[in-house]
Amino acid sequence: MRIEILGTGCAKCKLLAERAEEAARGIGADYTLVKVTEYPDIVARGVMTTPGLVVDGVVKSQGHVPTVAAIQELLR
Amino acid sequence: MDVESKSCACAAPTPVQGDGFWKSGGWLLIALPTWFALYFSLKPLADWLAFRVLGLQAGSRLGEAVAFFVYDGPKVLLLLGLVVLGVSFVQTFISPERTRDLLATRTGAWSNLLASLLGIATPFCSCSAVPLFIGFVRVGVPLGATFSFLVSAPMVNEVALFMLLSLFGWRIALLYAVTGVAIAFFSGWVIGKLRMERHLEPWVMEIPYEAAEADGRSMGFPGRLGLAVQATRDIFAKVWLYVLAGIAVGAFLHGYVPAELLARFMGKSAWWSVPLAVLIGVPLYANAAGIIPIVQVLLAKGAALGTALAFMMAVTGLSLPETVILRKVLRPTLLTTFLGVVAVGIILVGFLFNVLM
Repeated sequence: MRIEILGTGCAKCKLLAERAEEAARGIGADYTLVKVTEYPDIVARGVMTTPGLVVDGVVKSQGHVPTVAAIQELLR
Repeated sequence: MDVESKSCACAAPTPVQGDGFWKSGGWLLIALPTWFALYFSLKPLADWLAFRVLGLQAGSRLGEAVAFFVYDGPKVLLLLGLVVLGVSFVQTFISPERTRDLLATRTGAWSNLLASLLGIATPFCSCSAVPLFIGFVRVGVPLGATFSFLVSAPMVNEVALFMLLSLFGWRIALLYAVTGVAIAFFSGWVIGKLRMERHLEPWVMEIPYEAAEADGRSMGFPGRLGLAVQATRDIFAKVWLYVLAGIAVGAFLHGYVPAELLARFMGKSAWWSVPLAVLIGVPLYANAAGIIPIVQVLLAKGAALGTALAFMMAVTGLSLPETVILRKVLRPTLLTTFLGVVAVGIILVGFLFNVLM
């Protein structure tokens, strides 16, 4: 699966990237993680608040950093 | 994957770690009484620390400054913790997406008023200013209403209001809220009347845009509390140093700067102090939590209320980093109009209170 982290590089975005990676490894998913850091690219995905988590093109969370367990549910 | 993931995006499960009674909120039963016990024994504790343990002279400059710091530091941090936790909890019910949907169908002055009011409670971080701005204008929120929201959200935020309420009482908190909303209303209204849509950067309207569905987090109390605790931790990590620095400056002013001096520079008689306070406040980047301790001392030392409020509004409402970020979506004409209109609004409010009170 393709995991995208939307955010311009704030502390929360980094935290989300770390947790998403941990979550994906935890469920043994085959994944690629991409950081989307440019405003036009972030906006094009339709989110209004960062950090955003997008999995295979679907916005899963925005504006907050879910826990690792919650991200695992979102990835399933 | 596609179909499945779409259906489960809306029913994101509760983010709870573990499920015991304590973890799902039971700890509050111990934490809250502890908080109150601590809060109400701060004054004797601080005096004991400053005058007994450190052996400083009561009434001496250093003694008063230190006593102020060891009392006010923990006090403001404790207040901030409880306020931010409560506010963050309430905010799990409110989302920028819902605010946007409420505003998308309004026009005219009502949209400005509603946007200014919604700005108070809607969670907002200046790091999301650009996507939020585009999200608003692209689904049809009037440009003026979008600006009303952008002014009100950082300036009249609920943390600032609760801090004002607990440190200065309800009159000043209410004054700040009403005038802040008024400034947001009028700035947005003026920008709307000027019809400045063509001064947006072209990509704002050209980029293909489809609003993502809000992640309708349906979560119980533990889930919301978990998010609130996390948000409190985030905010604390960001502001505690500013708060302590603010109180240290306050303690210094408290102990060393004579009241007459400040009164001369920031008192009613010095009319130019209001625009000066705004000029100094804009490049300063601090949030309400860091600036309130300073405002507290300024007021105690004879600064005029209007000047102090104008200073606080300029620091929270207009900031250099946010201006730089907004330049990505606003062309210079619109950006300077925005800054100018808000600054004028803040200065007028400052004058008004200096004349009235």
